[in-house]
Amino acid sequence: MFPHIRICEEDFDLTAEANKLRAGHKDIGAVVTFVGTVRDINEGDEVSILELEHYPGMTEKALEKIRLEAHQRWHLEASHIIHRIGKMYPCDQIVMVAVASRHRENAFHAAHFIMDYLKTNAPFWKKETLPDGSERWVDARVSDAEAHKRWDK
Amino acid sequence: MLNVLYFASFREVLGQAQEQLPADFQTVECLLKALAERGEAWQHALLNNQNLQIAVNHDVANRNTAIKAGDEVAFFPPVTGG
Repeated sequence: MFPHIRICEEDFDLTAEANKLRAGHKDIGAVVTFVGTVRDINEGDEVSILELEHYPGMTEKALEKIRLEAHQRWHLEASHIIHRIGKMYPCDQIVMVAVASRHRENAFHAAHFIMDYLKTNAPFWKKETLPDGSERWVDARVSDAEAHKRWDK
Repeated sequence: MLNVLYFASFREVLGQAQEQLPADFQTVECLLKALAERGEAWQHALLNNQNLQIAVNHDVANRNTAIKAGDEVAFFPPVTGG
């Protein structure tokens, strides 16, 4: 239903995804990709496992809305969002945003915008497992809400 | 009927992910007030939670959003993806 959005447990190949984005386009001068990865430390504690939960149905709709807004604001030629769910470990890739446009400035802005909006508008939740086996839900950051505001028109 | 969903910490604290309820509520706020009668955990997580996030039929909603039979209403904490 949303061919440019992928929610999956499997890992992804950044180079392959960037190539797919450009396939068939001769008018693309800039591809910007962002990959978010799992850190082994959060709030001063070591993290062993990061588990991602989401709201099937709403997630895809929310991400598509963000993607289309980015297209409208920066005249992108193509874009793709991948977000992994399930259990992940330090250094694993969690999320990818790839955008392509004629010129670099639009691509940089759009990728930044999509990530900032994804952080506050897409229904994903992170749960951490610490080395002693205890689990905790990650709290939303005030800084993410502020990052979102920078794009207000 | 209404299809009501709870995600993440709410699912754990409230002990369920999903339930069907009669569509006897005009707005989300009316539903929240009825759920609050179940006890302190429900009041704390939902009705009295200033950070409560609400979606109706996969769109962001608020306490004043009208609801009707067949709607899917979801309650969840602030999101933390990316």
